[in-house]
Amino acid sequence: MHIDKETIRKIAHLGRLEFEEKNEEHILKDFNKILDWMDKLNELDTSNVAPLIHMSSEVNVLREDEVKVTLKHEEALYNAPKKDSDYFRVPKFLG
Amino acid sequence: MKRYNSLEEVRSDLSKGLISCRSLTEYYLDNIKKKAHLNAYLEVYETEALAKASEVDQKIKEGKAGKLAGMVIGIKDVLCHKNHGLQASGKILSGFISQFSGTAVQRIIDEDAIIIGRQNCDEFAMGSSNENSAFGPSLNEADTTRVPGGSSGGSAVAVQADLCLASLGSDTGGSVRQPAAFCGIYGLKPTYSRISRYGLIAYSSSFDTIGIISRSVEDAALLLEIMAGPDNFDSTVSHKEVPAYSKSLDFGKKVKIGYLKESVESPGVNEEIRKKTQDILTTLEKEGHTVKPVEFSLLEYILPTYYILTTAEASSNLSRYDGVKYGYRSSEATDLQSLYKKTRSEAFGAEVKRRIMLGTFVLSAGYYDAYYTKAQKVRRLIKEQTEKILSDVDFLVIPTTPTTAFKIGEKTEDPISMYLADVFTVQANLSGIPAISVPAGNDSQGLPIGIQIMTKAFEESSLLAFSKYLTSKN
Repeated sequence: MHIDKETIRKIAHLGRLEFEEKNEEHILKDFNKILDWMDKLNELDTSNVAPLIHMSSEVNVLREDEVKVTLKHEEALYNAPKKDSDYFRVPKFLG
Repeated sequence: MKRYNSLEEVRSDLSKGLISCRSLTEYYLDNIKKKAHLNAYLEVYETEALAKASEVDQKIKEGKAGKLAGMVIGIKDVLCHKNHGLQASGKILSGFISQFSGTAVQRIIDEDAIIIGRQNCDEFAMGSSNENSAFGPSLNEADTTRVPGGSSGGSAVAVQADLCLASLGSDTGGSVRQPAAFCGIYGLKPTYSRISRYGLIAYSSSFDTIGIISRSVEDAALLLEIMAGPDNFDSTVSHKEVPAYSKSLDFGKKVKIGYLKESVESPGVNEEIRKKTQDILTTLEKEGHTVKPVEFSLLEYILPTYYILTTAEASSNLSRYDGVKYGYRSSEATDLQSLYKKTRSEAFGAEVKRRIMLGTFVLSAGYYDAYYTKAQKVRRLIKEQTEKILSDVDFLVIPTTPTTAFKIGEKTEDPISMYLADVFTVQANLSGIPAISVPAGNDSQGLPIGIQIMTKAFEESSLLAFSKYLTSKN
């Protein structure tokens, strides 16, 4: 499968990334080469195979739902690039 | 001070009073300074390590020391260590200070390991050469124009160059075994879910395992024994009993060993590595073990499967780096969306962005079934075929890598050629089984060769015992 620049832009938006226009050609070439390589899987008939989703053999590991402080308020905010005493701060996004 | 190859050797000299934990720590700190050009450590905890060493010396005197007393250890920059920096060798976590210790790290601290520093790696553990680090590559001590492998490159170099006794790394597709092979030491990837992943920065959650890099099988066994087992902070971790690996390293039986024909015949595998593998198989046969070729028809599908699934999981796991909660934030942002985009685009490295893009693509509407679901199906086929092989033979013995350490810059232009460096290691991660790279001497240029052994899930005891036996015959 080959994709175009429009798809690259759409995927970049979904992944919250942006690229300079001059780099798009390179990214596209790279991307299509890797997709060709991934397309190799189509040689295998998997119509009767169920996808493998869980790698751990543990099932429903449950524990009591106890209220505990595992990370204090100030610890959770400690690494924030911008914060006030209670919250993470971000640019205004509602008009 | 001499070079120690195991904790047992250290303990013996400690008990004779020839060294102290403090003098040993000073020795490693001195080596780190002398060999700073190898770029193995991102940060060294000099004062703290020396203080801890004195504390452990005191505990030894009082007979209260833990099982790892005397072990000076380094940790890959993907493991949370309370009140210490952590940034996955990338720019996006600049200034991040971990607010808690991961389970594995806490367990080694509780047993009196001395953590000497955090180690260089590929950014977010994505890479096979340590060249994708925002702090520059770590260098292979065997030849400093060559890579140490990756992603746990700095961790392997630190053990290779005597900058600590052992390292904790992580292995998603070979990231502990491949650098161990390139650096001539041991690299153990345990069964998936054997060690809690709590406090390990997530790359690809259905593959990630904490691994061990060491100079002896005994140290790998002891560290695994201490770190493995149930944990309230990871619901996927196995509740199977943790055997006393370090006490079951005797190996006396005759076993069945399988090898892949491709690994000793394919021209894609370096000739000296093929010959070394063949020599080891011949030795094992002479020792009375059954050695036979096994058919693994899916070999050429493992890397595409791996890259579809890991990039998908990575794109999801790395969505948390948005410039809001921690780390780097772009100063160019004008609104919330541009805050996310500019932060991520400015701070992630090229390979990380490439994988986020690929992962986002294979998970996107219209492509999900063709790529992601397809790869999950092929993963089942690979796992089942691997299990079938391992129901017939006790161990699979193949090279860890198709080549020895390559030159810095040699593969950076072509991502697929770089991905091929993992062709023999990825099978274990796709199948969830344990695997180890054992040093098998050097090639004619003096570059280390690693031999990989794989076995059934949760059979680390026999894997480690066989590794020790193989080392003695090698």
